[in-house]
Amino acid sequence: MNTAPLLAVDGMGKAFDGLIANRDISFVVHHGEIIGLIGPNGAGKTTLFNCLAGFHTPTTGRIAFEGHDITGSTPEAAAALGIARTFQIVRVFQSMTALENVMVGAMLRNKRVAEARDRAEEELAFVGLSHRADTPASDLTVSEQKRLEVARALATEPKLILLDEVMAGLNPTEVREASALVHRIHQRGIASIIVEHVMEGIMPIAHRMLVLDYGAKIADGTPAEIAENPAVIAAYLGE
Amino acid sequence: MTTGTNSSRKAMGTAALLALAAVLPLAITEPSQQNFLILMGAQMGVAWNIVGGYAGQVSLGHAVFYGIGAYTSTMLLTVLGLTPWIGALAGGLLASVFALAMGWPCFRLKGHYFAMATIAVAEIMQILVTNSDFLEGAVGLYLPMDRSGWGWLIFLSKLPYYYVILGLLVLTVLVSWAIERSHIGYYFRAIKDEPEAARALGVSLTRYKLIALSVSAFLTALGGSFYAQKEMFIDPGSVFAGTISIKIALIAILGGVGRLTGPVLGAVILITIEEYSRTLFGSTGSGTDMIIYAAMIILVAVFSPSGVLGLLGDLHRHLGRHLPGAKPAEAKTSAKEIRP
Amino acid sequence: MTADILIQVLVSGLLIGLIYALVAVGLTLIFGVMDIVNFAHGEFLMLGMYASFWAFALFAIDPIVALPLTALLLFAVGVIVYQTVIRRILKAPMLSQIFATFGLMILLRGLAQFFWKPDHRLIPHSLVSGNIALGPVQFGLPQFVAALGAVGVTGALWMFLHRTRLGTALEATAIDREAATLMGIDGQKMFALAWGIGAACAGLAGGLIATFFPIFPEVGSNFILIAFVVVVLGGFGSVTGAFLAGIIVGLIEVLGGFLVGPEYKTAIVLSLLLVVLLVRPRGLLGKA
Repeated sequence: MNTAPLLAVDGMGKAFDGLIANRDISFVVHHGEIIGLIGPNGAGKTTLFNCLAGFHTPTTGRIAFEGHDITGSTPEAAAALGIARTFQIVRVFQSMTALENVMVGAMLRNKRVAEARDRAEEELAFVGLSHRADTPASDLTVSEQKRLEVARALATEPKLILLDEVMAGLNPTEVREASALVHRIHQRGIASIIVEHVMEGIMPIAHRMLVLDYGAKIADGTPAEIAENPAVIAAYLGE
Repeated sequence: MTTGTNSSRKAMGTAALLALAAVLPLAITEPSQQNFLILMGAQMGVAWNIVGGYAGQVSLGHAVFYGIGAYTSTMLLTVLGLTPWIGALAGGLLASVFALAMGWPCFRLKGHYFAMATIAVAEIMQILVTNSDFLEGAVGLYLPMDRSGWGWLIFLSKLPYYYVILGLLVLTVLVSWAIERSHIGYYFRAIKDEPEAARALGVSLTRYKLIALSVSAFLTALGGSFYAQKEMFIDPGSVFAGTISIKIALIAILGGVGRLTGPVLGAVILITIEEYSRTLFGSTGSGTDMIIYAAMIILVAVFSPSGVLGLLGDLHRHLGRHLPGAKPAEAKTSAKEIRP
Repeated sequence: MTADILIQVLVSGLLIGLIYALVAVGLTLIFGVMDIVNFAHGEFLMLGMYASFWAFALFAIDPIVALPLTALLLFAVGVIVYQTVIRRILKAPMLSQIFATFGLMILLRGLAQFFWKPDHRLIPHSLVSGNIALGPVQFGLPQFVAALGAVGVTGALWMFLHRTRLGTALEATAIDREAATLMGIDGQKMFALAWGIGAACAGLAGGLIATFFPIFPEVGSNFILIAFVVVVLGGFGSVTGAFLAGIIVGLIEVLGGFLVGPEYKTAIVLSLLLVVLLVRPRGLLGKA
């Protein structure tokens, strides 16, 4: 293992047709860390995710993963390196069962169907969906589909997982379960960056919080520091 | 129902169909034109289904591969005296290479636009072949009459042809089945359902779409070579025409895309309708067959995207629900309606 | 190549290009408003041609006189098609959408073949016939009138889209459907309207060319592909783009046919499609 941080983002910016979505964002993520990424709507959180996961090419700056420059790489290359993600609006494979969905993820590391199936069963159990393994993904509830996406992403054996609003729309019990799930992901040594609006879900478990506003990073610190940061309070009150 | 029993049931269904087709000529001894059309149609449909069904990339220009197969094996036979066993293989490879070359720009297009672009490519090819002196243009090519037997795949009776096309259909189904069961089949379905999510899991869209198109092209070209061997004459109108592309797609769509046996069922339905409307309404070109299967396609598109097979499945579930002792339908909360 | 011949070729290209533009504006309007490519668009043109033919054969109404009727009829056909089929597949998987309009294409061709036979038909001695000579340049009066009509119809459509409330709403829906819905524009109504207008444009094109083009059930297949090239070149959903691209495609077709050989003219136009896709996928005026 080299000494470089897992992820290093340096001065990254992204503009669409002159509209700036991310500007001059820098931060690092270490192995196994849980990072909360928050900010008002339209602050550029999803754009940042898309840049990290290879879906967008940053306009400026650099992204390094374990010391390798991955700025502007493709999503499939990012996945192969160990960056997995879920989607804000769930994108499960509708024509497949829950198990088959996770198998597609497992196939990144092992193309043998039987072995991918075993791996997928483990991940389904990890997120607590074993009982739904043979249910068509389209028949799952939204909350189940979100967990299915997490299982699918974990099956690619990532080092970093990007979770996009996995707690949105969940009831308090489900939020606690989701927090516990994130913690168990951390225990496996996988780092996570979590975009979340549900503060009571993210604040207790995050090691560090990043706050975006108008596309720029306005704060970076422990949840306790963030809660007292005047800039963060202003951004949220001004919303 | 697990996937395992599902696919083995599918395999059994296919095996039963094929066994039936194999026994049929023994009973009839003289296969009818309709038997041939069904087997040839099924073979094309199963081949199309690999790219159009599993991978969800609708090609409406598959005649281009069919034509390449027919012309390659025929030219190699007439010009170089090469056996069509090799000629068909060469045709298949050429079609695959062509598929890669055409897929590269065209796969930038999504859905509807990809379909349109494939029509354009096939149309361009038909025009080029029609105006090529080397390929005898609109006049067409005759296969030599002076040889026959298994070495040349030219026969004086119909029965051997029947076994050749049956064998080709079995091969096509087996390839399709192997793809369906391997990781490639899973990737195809992932690309069809949610391409962006597939990429996030490390699936290269271009690579797997190209695999789908080139395998499909290879098998379609073999079908084209068979057509040439059986008819002993080809011209651009009989192997490159847009109507062939349409028919290939129709067969798979009618039967049910993305399912192994769908296109086989589709061929049976389509060819039977065609033949009956021909005998019922007399001469060809009355349009009744087109009306009937167009109406079926529209119904399928509106009510059951998974084709007649899907329709049968729905019916089965529907009936099952009302039969005594049947398991009550699982309460389902579909997420579809909730999605923005 | 002398200047006279060049002018002659350019004029012919312009005349046919304007017809292509008219067919394509309907296609691009439907696409822009609802992201569906209407494979049956050529069949709307075919129906327009048959409407003219029967008006002429049964009631001795000249195709040019019958144009308003043709437009109304096809508008109704478009709305009916939308209400019976398209409305039901708006949220369906893309495959179903392709199959539905593709099925419509086959259905309309089949119906035409069943009722009107596959024969090629012509409308003899229309009001507009014969040639016009302008100095060294000669062209058919029917072609000229058709092109003029195409300009008129496209112009009227442009005025409708930019100068009326209803039209602006339609154009807004074509440009940004979600924003339009947020502004309180009734999507369903706009969709039906787009199909009505789209079909009417294709039908009018059919009526205009019925005076000089053979009429047969599969005639639409000649035009749908070219219309598709025009839509791609113009930029999906852009009416102005389609108008310009129609002229360009007409010119390229006639010029290419003249330079390379008439048998290759369709191949040249279709190759243009691949070139546009490779070089500038969003076309001349399309949104990125």
